[in-house]
Amino acid sequence: MSSKSLEDYLKAIYILSRNGKSTSTTEIAEHFKIAPASVTEMLQKLANKGYVRYSPYRGAHLTRKGFQVAEKVTRKHRLLERFLHDILRIREDRVHSEACEMEHALSDEAEESLCRFLKHPDRCPDDDKIIPACDLPFSTCEECVELHKKDLEESGKRELIPVSIDQLKKGERGKVSFIRGEHKVLQRLSDMGLTPGTEVTVVKSAPFHGPLEILVRGSRLALGRGMTEIIFVEAEKE
Amino acid sequence: MTQKKLIFALAGNANVGKSVIFNYLTGLHQHIGNWPGKTVERAEGTLSFKGYTIDIVDLPGIYSLSTYSLEELVSRKYIAVERPDLVINVVDASVLERNLFFTLQLMELETPMIVALNQMDIAKRKGIEIDTEKLEQLLGVPVVQTVATKGIGISQLLEMAIKVIEKGQTTRREVRYGEEVEERIAKITETLQGVQFYYPRRYVAIKLLEGDEEIAREIAKLAPQVVNTAKELAGEIENLHGHACSTVITSERYEAAGRVARQAQKLVPPLKPTAEERLHNLTTHRIAGYLIMVSSLLLIFFAIFTFGNYTSDLLSNLLNRLEPLSTNLFGTGIVGSLVWGGVAEGLIAGVTVALPYIIPFYIVLYFLEDSGYLSRIAFLMDNVMHKIGLHGKAFIPMMLGYGCNVPACLGCRIMETQRERTLAAFVTTLVPCAARTVIILGLVGHFLGIQWALALYVFDLLVIFALGRLAFRVMPGEPTALIMEMADYRMPQPKTVLKETWFRLAEFIKIAFPLIIVGSLVIKAADVFGLLNPVANLLSPVTVAWLGLPVITGITLIFGVLRKELSVILLAALLAPVGLQALTPVQMVVFTLVAMFYIPCVATISALVREFGGKKALFITLFEIAFAIILGGVALRVLTLVT
Repeated sequence: MSSKSLEDYLKAIYILSRNGKSTSTTEIAEHFKIAPASVTEMLQKLANKGYVRYSPYRGAHLTRKGFQVAEKVTRKHRLLERFLHDILRIREDRVHSEACEMEHALSDEAEESLCRFLKHPDRCPDDDKIIPACDLPFSTCEECVELHKKDLEESGKRELIPVSIDQLKKGERGKVSFIRGEHKVLQRLSDMGLTPGTEVTVVKSAPFHGPLEILVRGSRLALGRGMTEIIFVEAEKE
Repeated sequence: MTQKKLIFALAGNANVGKSVIFNYLTGLHQHIGNWPGKTVERAEGTLSFKGYTIDIVDLPGIYSLSTYSLEELVSRKYIAVERPDLVINVVDASVLERNLFFTLQLMELETPMIVALNQMDIAKRKGIEIDTEKLEQLLGVPVVQTVATKGIGISQLLEMAIKVIEKGQTTRREVRYGEEVEERIAKITETLQGVQFYYPRRYVAIKLLEGDEEIAREIAKLAPQVVNTAKELAGEIENLHGHACSTVITSERYEAAGRVARQAQKLVPPLKPTAEERLHNLTTHRIAGYLIMVSSLLLIFFAIFTFGNYTSDLLSNLLNRLEPLSTNLFGTGIVGSLVWGGVAEGLIAGVTVALPYIIPFYIVLYFLEDSGYLSRIAFLMDNVMHKIGLHGKAFIPMMLGYGCNVPACLGCRIMETQRERTLAAFVTTLVPCAARTVIILGLVGHFLGIQWALALYVFDLLVIFALGRLAFRVMPGEPTALIMEMADYRMPQPKTVLKETWFRLAEFIKIAFPLIIVGSLVIKAADVFGLLNPVANLLSPVTVAWLGLPVITGITLIFGVLRKELSVILLAALLAPVGLQALTPVQMVVFTLVAMFYIPCVATISALVREFGGKKALFITLFEIAFAIILGGVALRVLTLVT
């Protein structure tokens, strides 16, 4: 299979599944507007390569490996959307499909430069979805801008791409990696104990995409979705 | 011997039992007001102990001394500027680490302090044992164990406080940050030599590094170069750590708190989940949680309205018997009717309508709050409230609004930002309060059937939803998402509940009663001097031509500004001899709709003015009048078309 279709599939599963739930074959088939049978075949291939876990009746969900690929390509896609929309002023209805083509060709280096050039946007233009974090070892985007003159290779890359905390499943634990937000919110969250390196456990989430209940430093916090989207954690290895 | 005066401040996180300790210390000698110029509550009380007269100031429950909320700012300034003789830091033993994080910040303010290690009983149940001596040694601050709900340790706490006052405190051991941070703190402290400021120098240095806006602003006036130096130094720390400087400092402070907590406490978690935990899991369950919430809310409303109805009738029968007394004293002339029909009836309305509903409402509310259930409701409702741009906590004032809009508006203080407070207040004024319920049930419910009344309630919810969304879109500023602690469930303290109820009630009476009475008097005067009919005629283009109602409804609608619940009774009287049946079903619905939305009553307006200033209050009022009139007219046309 081509890397394009691989990335497209992983991206689709990434977008369609929320809260770590499985995505059904039908959903993916509808998404690509193709027959469920071909989806099944593809999912099996992806499962063999270790990108997804798949069972015929429950559908597929991403493994850590698959998740990283999906996150990366989604990030490129949404950054490109911003670029096409804000800078090139491409017609809004064309932005998405253009980005879909370009995302596979964009190198990681170009992605980093694009992010800095766009002044590290955090949402994409068409449906306001959050742009996944980069894999560079910075806690704030300002730092990235500040330091990009220095040799990036020297500072290395993160081992794991941090994921926003709402990607964790019930009962999963992770370590706070960084928080993306304005000073006051940052201060508030760290005052409540969410400082980098702190271990957090996701207890549950309220239904219909409601707030998340987490345990941090012995206390129980409820965090609305606006908060969980900006808190990035390194999930504990499965 | 004259008594020596002392001032103690109580400080601590929310839900640590601070107000229970406050109540124990001060008994009934309390008063609750606002901090000057701020909509933050200030509770104060006095007690005598060992020849001292001690003023206790109960600071708001906060998690930090940064500037996220008004409460934090007020507390910090109070301790630094007004310098209480001693700060009593109430600490929740069952969440030691996070509480000590706050303790360490208080210590940086360099006022004498002691720690009340409270909720020892809850900690024990969670399998946490704390070595008080060790904690004392690690902090360098006296620590007293307390179980405030049972009154245990309170007198020892006072004795310790006096001991510290008399002997002085020298042993405090503040947080030492990492070398790279300490170096820079020292540099800034040096440049601050000679700058007179109310915060301690070290504290200012730390806060400048953290990028604290308030302190940076104040210091910029005194020594602008220091702020710039601090910014540079903070940048250096950021480069070293790869995190914002404020995050680095907060992290290190938490690290220190964690270290102290780990050394002082032994953790033996119980094998089975505690009863509190099981209750938490049940009440936040994705299905059971909602079932429990809906049924308990319905039960509460039903109970309150049944009780309220009964007591209200009882009271008004009782009070109306006083009329002959008034007639005897003041006659039946102009003076007499002003005294009875104006002042006395206003007072009776206040007593019979507001109190029977509001008192039980408050009791239940504070019972739920004290137990911890309100935060679970906020958790469950967060998602729904988000649709109108508010987070889960806003559901609480909305719930209150069903009882009375006045406390609901005041209750919007639980929201963090001014934008959200205003938005929440706007939404709550659209909630049909007990008085509007009287209209809905008395007119539509009685004559057209309960299903129509229910339909109006549902419609009201839709309107709240739609207008809330609109306001959310229109209002400038960013929405903030929910960050809320869900503290362990605990048994509510009847004493605390009753005291809260009493203070809220006093506040309500102070705001609402004078207005109800004056308003009632004004209307009665207008009636006596024959001004009502001309005014009603003046309104007839709106009431008759647009809304299709009888002319006299103009009078009742004016009247409704003051006392909505009486507008139905008045309407019945004005429509005599036929009574309310003189209205067609469509007219009933239109009238009820208008009455539901057209204006928050005068007491609510005054609460709005108090909380948000005249401009916003006026805007909300005018908007709602316009909205109700337009809505009524549209409803008339639609309903006539349909029927």
